[in-house]
Amino acid sequence: MEKMLCLLLTFVLALTMLGSVALAEGSGSVYYLNFKPEADAAWQALAKEYEQKTGVKVTVVTAASGKYQETLTAEMDKGSAAPTLFQCGNQAGLATWGDYCLDLRGTEFFNQLSTEEFNINGAGGEAFCIGYCYEAFGIIVNKTLLEKAGHNLDEIKDFASLKTVAEDIHARSAELGFDAFTSAGLDGSSSWRFSGHLANMPLFYEFRDDGITAQPATIKGTYMENFKNIWDLYINNSATEPSQLATATGDQAEAEFGQGKAVFYQNGTWEFSNLTTTFGMKPEELAMIPIYCGVEGEDKAALCCGTENCWAVNSQASAENQKATLDFLTWVVTSDEGTQMMADQFGPIPFKAAKASSNTFFNDANDYLADGNYVVTWAFNYTPNVDTWRAGVVAALTQYSAGGSWDDVVNAFVQGWAVQYANQ
Amino acid sequence: MKPIKRRSNAAVNSTLIRRPIQRCFALFLLPTMAAFCIGFLYPFIKGMYLSFCKFTTTSNAKWIGFANYQKALADPGFVHSFVYTALVALVSLVIINVLAFAVAYALTRKIRGANLFRGVFFLPNLIGGIVLGYIWSMLFDGFLANYGTSIVLNTNLGYWGLIIVICWQQIGYMMIIYIAGLQSISEDMIEAAKIDGANGWHMLKDITLPTIMPSITICTFLTLTNSFKLFDQNMVLNGGQPFVFQSNGTVIRSTEMMALNIYNTFYLNANSRGVGQAKAVLFFLLVAAIALVQLSATRSKEVQQ
Repeated sequence: MEKMLCLLLTFVLALTMLGSVALAEGSGSVYYLNFKPEADAAWQALAKEYEQKTGVKVTVVTAASGKYQETLTAEMDKGSAAPTLFQCGNQAGLATWGDYCLDLRGTEFFNQLSTEEFNINGAGGEAFCIGYCYEAFGIIVNKTLLEKAGHNLDEIKDFASLKTVAEDIHARSAELGFDAFTSAGLDGSSSWRFSGHLANMPLFYEFRDDGITAQPATIKGTYMENFKNIWDLYINNSATEPSQLATATGDQAEAEFGQGKAVFYQNGTWEFSNLTTTFGMKPEELAMIPIYCGVEGEDKAALCCGTENCWAVNSQASAENQKATLDFLTWVVTSDEGTQMMADQFGPIPFKAAKASSNTFFNDANDYLADGNYVVTWAFNYTPNVDTWRAGVVAALTQYSAGGSWDDVVNAFVQGWAVQYANQ
Repeated sequence: MKPIKRRSNAAVNSTLIRRPIQRCFALFLLPTMAAFCIGFLYPFIKGMYLSFCKFTTTSNAKWIGFANYQKALADPGFVHSFVYTALVALVSLVIINVLAFAVAYALTRKIRGANLFRGVFFLPNLIGGIVLGYIWSMLFDGFLANYGTSIVLNTNLGYWGLIIVICWQQIGYMMIIYIAGLQSISEDMIEAAKIDGANGWHMLKDITLPTIMPSITICTFLTLTNSFKLFDQNMVLNGGQPFVFQSNGTVIRSTEMMALNIYNTFYLNANSRGVGQAKAVLFFLLVAAIALVQLSATRSKEVQQ
């Protein structure tokens, strides 16, 4: 009996070990660690389609919102089961994951690119991170509500006119049944709109003045007053009390806009499909305008265009997996199914076979450019130690909105930059 | 009957059976030993090693010596989190044990529905920390909204909020241990004391407390280490907010406990993972030292029945 038991135990033990070895085998598969929860369903469907067509296994895992770095760190440690394809979208990302990025220059996939503008290159010009879409953000406007309140888009040309319209709507919100801005929530699901995107405004103008084209060690905060202007406008002209912003979420703001409770909503092109499908808004009632914050000459500003969506192929994956991954990527950006999905989910993509997008916001972005306005680029991609820096700015904004001091925001913004630059 | 029983005992103890079993002891130890090595020993040793390295993923580390420890000790946020954790641990230790003992004392009287009460008081323990943190942060914020503030806006509110959550969760658990201790006090002793004319206070001081000293040892040990290791409730409820912004641009997260500080060091800044690891090793040494001191202090007061 004991012998049988011993045998059984040894057998089970051996089996578990075999299991782990067997898992590691098999050649040429793709594991994509996806960054955007909103595109998860589309990626899963596309992966299944590719698998049916070619028999190559494509696994798509989506990290929880705001938890990409944690997930990537854990997954990258899995040796042969690590992601073969991941997201690496800014300087800080490249600083961390540079050792894991394969130089893609010269590959068939790379040759499909229509522009290199959105890539992030290594110090030696290696094409490490390939921008696969670009995005624009600004203030999304519900034109129907704006007209109901007796205003129209042509009135809004700069910060002063935006302020006039917003304050007028807020003052009459009880009578109108809707307010000017959605809640500027500072919960993690929403705060990136401000610590990332809104913070781009002072950063962009400062870098433009100073001619900065690489990550600076320190910043001056020249345009912090403008940051305060627009932030005050957001929090003082919304249905949500400023002191309640600490826990207000992104879903909350989205729902306020989607359900017609607010006219203005700061967000980006990626919101288009949610607003038109989940909330059933009509494309023609939506528009996106630049974020105005009172900088001279800003009436010639266009939307903020750039990307943080770059693909990197794991340089430490096996050769078969790298090849399978590159084949998959090539298929995504050349095939009918792939380009259609990309157009639906991400709008125009910088690849030769790109399909046209029905996303109104991109058309707005292009119209501004066609009218000769200047692009507000994504200056925040230079942020050192981006997560820590942003956490500080968010906490400072939270405290300021609940009656704290603006000096803390300036401190977190300007001094915080230098500290995080030194720490990275 | 007797001879048969003796023979069966003799059979189990016979060297013929014992020897093969003894020879196989390693095999019987193997599953637990393997689990212990894989789940504890290996990660622990690797963690020690990594605290001396610079790394992004653990499989790709570079030895840099004591630099991580220097950075960890020079971080004002880490020092602050230690003080804050000690404050939380101390206050919750007292409150939890006093209240848990009081509840246990009450529920070992002959009260109608005592079993129901025990069950209900124990329930909070079955809820996971993250869920608990969210529920309580909604409760607190729902209430504090009336006063135009929030749990993440005020260091004091954050502190007491956290204490309330910890106590609410742990009192029921410690209560069960105290009840077990109280029930083990022999009736004879109580009766003898009563005959000798001891009043309630004397009974508590001279009989109950000394006899349940082992329970007190366990409960203080558990509450102390639980508070030191507290992570999920702290992350969800406070997240370290509000921050205190130093003039040199560094930040102290005023409600951040040590475990959360380590987590933030490790994840918020991908280039300080080694520092986070060094903090974790320091943290382990500290908790182990405190627990040992506490154990020897309370154990010396235990009595043999």
